[in-house]
Amino acid sequence: MYVAVKGGETAILNSYALLADARRGDTDVPELSVAQIRQQMRLAVARVMSEGSLYDEDLAALAIKQAAGDQVEAIFLLRAYRTTLPRFGYTLPVDTARMGIRRRISATFKELPGGQVLGPTYDYTQRLLDFTLLANGVATEPPAQAEALPADMPRVTDLLAGEGLIEPETPPDGDPAPVDLSREPLKFPADRATRLQNLARADEGFLLALGYSTQRGYSHTHPFAGEIRMGEVALEIVPEELGFAIEIGDITLTECQMVNQFAGSSTAPPQFTRGYGLAFGEAERKAMAMSLVDRSLRSQELAEAIKSPAQQAEFVLSHSDSVEASGFVQHLKLPHYVDFQSELELVRRMRATHGQPTPEEETA
Amino acid sequence: MNPLLQVSGLTKRYGARIGCADVGFSLWPGEVLAVVGESGSGKSTLLNLLSTRLAADAGTIEYALLGRGLTDMAKLSEAERRWLLRTDWGFVEQNPRDGLRMNVSAGANVGERLMATGARHYGQIRSTAQDWMARVELDPARIDELPAQFSGGMQQRLQIARNLVTKPRLVLMDEPTAGLDVSVQARLLDLLRELVTSFGLAAVIVTHDLAVARLLAHRLLVMKGGRVVETGLTDQVLDDPQHPYTQLLVSSILQV
Amino acid sequence: MTTSGYNFAYLDEQTKRMLRRALLKAVAIPGYQVPFGSREMPLPYGWGTGGIQVTAAILGTNDVLKVIDQGSDDTVNAVNIRRFFARTAGVATTNRTPEATVIQTRHRIPETPLAAGQIMVYQVPEPEPLHRLEPREAVTRKLHALADYGFMHVKLYEDIARYGHIATTYDYPVLVNDRYLMAPSPIPKFDNPKLNHSPALQLFGAGREKRVYAVPPYTKVESLDFEDHPFSVQQWDAPCALCGASDSFLDEVVLDDVGGRMFVCSDSEYCSNRQAAGHAGSAVKEAA
Repeated sequence: MYVAVKGGETAILNSYALLADARRGDTDVPELSVAQIRQQMRLAVARVMSEGSLYDEDLAALAIKQAAGDQVEAIFLLRAYRTTLPRFGYTLPVDTARMGIRRRISATFKELPGGQVLGPTYDYTQRLLDFTLLANGVATEPPAQAEALPADMPRVTDLLAGEGLIEPETPPDGDPAPVDLSREPLKFPADRATRLQNLARADEGFLLALGYSTQRGYSHTHPFAGEIRMGEVALEIVPEELGFAIEIGDITLTECQMVNQFAGSSTAPPQFTRGYGLAFGEAERKAMAMSLVDRSLRSQELAEAIKSPAQQAEFVLSHSDSVEASGFVQHLKLPHYVDFQSELELVRRMRATHGQPTPEEETA
Repeated sequence: MNPLLQVSGLTKRYGARIGCADVGFSLWPGEVLAVVGESGSGKSTLLNLLSTRLAADAGTIEYALLGRGLTDMAKLSEAERRWLLRTDWGFVEQNPRDGLRMNVSAGANVGERLMATGARHYGQIRSTAQDWMARVELDPARIDELPAQFSGGMQQRLQIARNLVTKPRLVLMDEPTAGLDVSVQARLLDLLRELVTSFGLAAVIVTHDLAVARLLAHRLLVMKGGRVVETGLTDQVLDDPQHPYTQLLVSSILQV
Repeated sequence: MTTSGYNFAYLDEQTKRMLRRALLKAVAIPGYQVPFGSREMPLPYGWGTGGIQVTAAILGTNDVLKVIDQGSDDTVNAVNIRRFFARTAGVATTNRTPEATVIQTRHRIPETPLAAGQIMVYQVPEPEPLHRLEPREAVTRKLHALADYGFMHVKLYEDIARYGHIATTYDYPVLVNDRYLMAPSPIPKFDNPKLNHSPALQLFGAGREKRVYAVPPYTKVESLDFEDHPFSVQQWDAPCALCGASDSFLDEVVLDDVGGRMFVCSDSEYCSNRQAAGHAGSAVKEAA
């Protein structure tokens, strides 16, 4: 005898308990603290902050802990929290030329004012599993005392701009305030400020694949890593009652300025063009991939033929968000009994009449 | 009688390059005008301007709307313009794949304009589509086949049927016979000539092939470097070309 | 009962006002998709975030909420959303259609006829009816603006040419108020006639796609068809095995692995009411 699905609420509550238990794992192993995640998994924290679009290392670490390390789930947790936060105001635009630099490299010039600074990077590690980490508690050697970096580290793109070799970066007419994508829906055509906002929140894997595709002939943009810099910048706000800017703290940023070849058009002389990437924390892969995709999305404005996925703004921007994508892909596990029943009925009916003449053919 | 289409001063630049400059002509109901010239002469730009796919930098295109007389196309609302394009005008692409919906049947292709203009009787849409397939010498029994199952020449005829089903008064054609075998071309040209005569169609045909122009067109417009260098009755221009460029064109075809 | 730290019905009042403005516009232009600043909700996109935001925006303390998924009040997703509003708004909830002032639904319209004053809130995964034919939003917006819907009929024509009938069984496209083509959300086409001239206000929310739209009470909603192939709804060979209803949408229940199956009402509340009133289907009679 058939009994309708009942007891959904109990089942849900049970799933909570099972989840908490699975997250904790073996209780003989000490519980991971949020401070440990923040300190020792800082790259995971950075990604969750970028794509969660909220700069809060503690909350990002908490989200990672709660999500048992699932980055997309942690990003979702942080976003869902973020939407409930009131807006107190907007900071002034950050100035990355005034960054307290910890890493700065350029692939376009061997020597440049301020020099190349490797900083903390996996680039030249030899990717050998370090079994001393397995044995826990090995003290690392303190880094050699580095010379103080020069205060003046001009951006490579500014050096090129001095000669007029790269397109100037000028705000659009009237310098309109950018759309706030977390408050207003994405509309097409989307201007560059809107696109960059979308890409900054975009899934790193998606951007990586798209950026990669542009290097493999799907809209080649001839990119050079003009400069990548990482470090701390000050955030400033201008409280209305004060009328002048005050610093409210520092955040870590990674910025990538890609320099791309451009042959010129009927209206513009040959010059280099720009692709831009910016992410919270240490996130070089994300910033680089973003700058590649930013540049390909400028195809229309630069009158280039639009043929490849990475050039199609609607395609890229509509599918870049991991929270949207993850939700919709996974909604397929929700019940679809009714729609499936309708299709089942149709397929059975079509199978029953398969091979028989249609009514039109009969009367013809 | 008034002209059906009146074009004057039509100009389009691509940056410093001229697409077409100061083109003007009148087209009368039932008249076939061929635009000839080499590739790069501006004939395709002209056709794209006429079809309003491309916006002109200067000049006007006026069309004799039913019940309204000569009307500046630029003054039509987008809705009016689109309605006109799918009822009273037709556009035949060089490559039938660009003018057909390749993922739906021949019947749906021919019936689309009818449905877009409000036809809601499946059986009638279908019989009209079959009727038109017969008129363009396609087997009406193949109405449910996809365009890909037809040969190139048949696809081109299907595209023509798809355009003519609303009985337009003006059809623009872009090299309609290019890319077809010579024997297939001849049959298509015959069909076009017959359709143009029996429906009193006015047409602007862009072609690099003077033989096509001679067979179909009443008048010729010879273009070079974006400008009209010579115009006149087809036989006159081809038998007694005045402009050196036209002379060259005519002699080169004769030598072949 | 309510969870502290969050506003009534979760969303802050500013966001609710933004939503209500969008909804008012939607009601003023029946069937037109109004973009709105959809928020991340504590439920995943695709799981009813649009419907939840609409419900949150219109819910008042005196409302009585019913939530169904696949016609049933008891499926996990329905339970979860009802729990969400019970926790964040503390409103009364019900399974009984006539008692509800707001009914949030996924994939069904209740069998019990709706009444004036009630509001239906539909969860919508894909608000654009033209999307499967044309993925570019810049294009579909223009097609709506010009009411250029001929291509939709091409699709229906093709169905008939190929299968002898229109092969769309759910999310069957409708024309609202003789103007806008609208996706009714993935309700079975069986429910489409209930949209037409409904005394209830019908609101549609698509969270991921950031659109709301509406059908005001007593508005014409027409399912697309051809004169000689008129729109028709699904029919079953036998009535509901539990309550004997012959006028409801039936779900197939697989009983064993040798082809045993029976058909029962997808609207669980309608079915149990009928059983309580003494109606019985074949399965109940056999068991008795």
